[in-house]
Amino acid sequence: MDWTWFHRFGSPPHLYRLAGTLVPWFAWPAAILIAAGLYGGLVLAPPDYQQGDGFRIIYVHAPSAWLSLMAYTMMAVTAAIGLIWRMKAAHAVAASCAPVGAWFTVAALGTGMLWGKPMWGTYWAWDPRLTAELVLLFLYLGYIGLRSAIEDPQRADRASAVLAIVGVINVPIVRYSVEWWNSIHQAPSVMKFGKPSISWPMLTPLLIMFVGFTLLFAALVLVRVRAEILRRERQARWVTEMVTQ
Amino acid sequence: MSRFLAMGGYAGSVWPSMALTFGIIAWNIIAARRSLRSALAEARRRARIGDDP
Repeated sequence: MDWTWFHRFGSPPHLYRLAGTLVPWFAWPAAILIAAGLYGGLVLAPPDYQQGDGFRIIYVHAPSAWLSLMAYTMMAVTAAIGLIWRMKAAHAVAASCAPVGAWFTVAALGTGMLWGKPMWGTYWAWDPRLTAELVLLFLYLGYIGLRSAIEDPQRADRASAVLAIVGVINVPIVRYSVEWWNSIHQAPSVMKFGKPSISWPMLTPLLIMFVGFTLLFAALVLVRVRAEILRRERQARWVTEMVTQ
Repeated sequence: MSRFLAMGGYAGSVWPSMALTFGIIAWNIIAARRSLRSALAEARRRARIGDDP
């Protein structure tokens, strides 16, 4: 197998330029899809027969929760690639996932609490799903804190990569908590095998939101990757040449 | 319109949720762009003074 693409991908100047080219291709479709999904979710979808219009929070809650888990998984995988193949660009991607993932964990928790108040009668319960998602936030914060506490970037990369990889065990715990334990959180309606258990007029805007949020995440990470690469490569000749041109 | 804003009595949950999520999205866009701009400014500054500590 030809591995040159892998090494090209790991080359910082190449990744910097590629990321710059890709950003608008993710950002604009993300904006359009999120606007369409929001209109569909808030206006077109019928109210739920039990939750009325309160269910509409799902259109921002579920995609945020999905991103919180996807970002962590991506962070752990790229950190592992960085650790195993000593690839600096992979560490840059891992470091870029963390703040975005942490913010969407906050969004998932916050919107969940706002939904919980009228539906469960409480903002918060020490429920397996909720607690595991809170642990996810702490893992992100630990990762970010650890990175900022170590000045040498290579040591910060290695130490934080180990934390990211160990913490990835929490991702399936969040995902399957509602099936493994007695959770008050409802079971998945979309992200499961077999047919989704919600109707198409409700489901379509949600699927559009999932795609939109994922593209938004990609665009945000690509911009952050460029910044990370510049900071890491500030002594490299290609950076000096690029900024003085 | 006012019926839409009332969200069937769930306005107090639905709108703060939307505000929180889109506030976080806006902040992430600003923060990512700011991070790139400051990295570029830093690289330019270094290139100008030519110091490589």
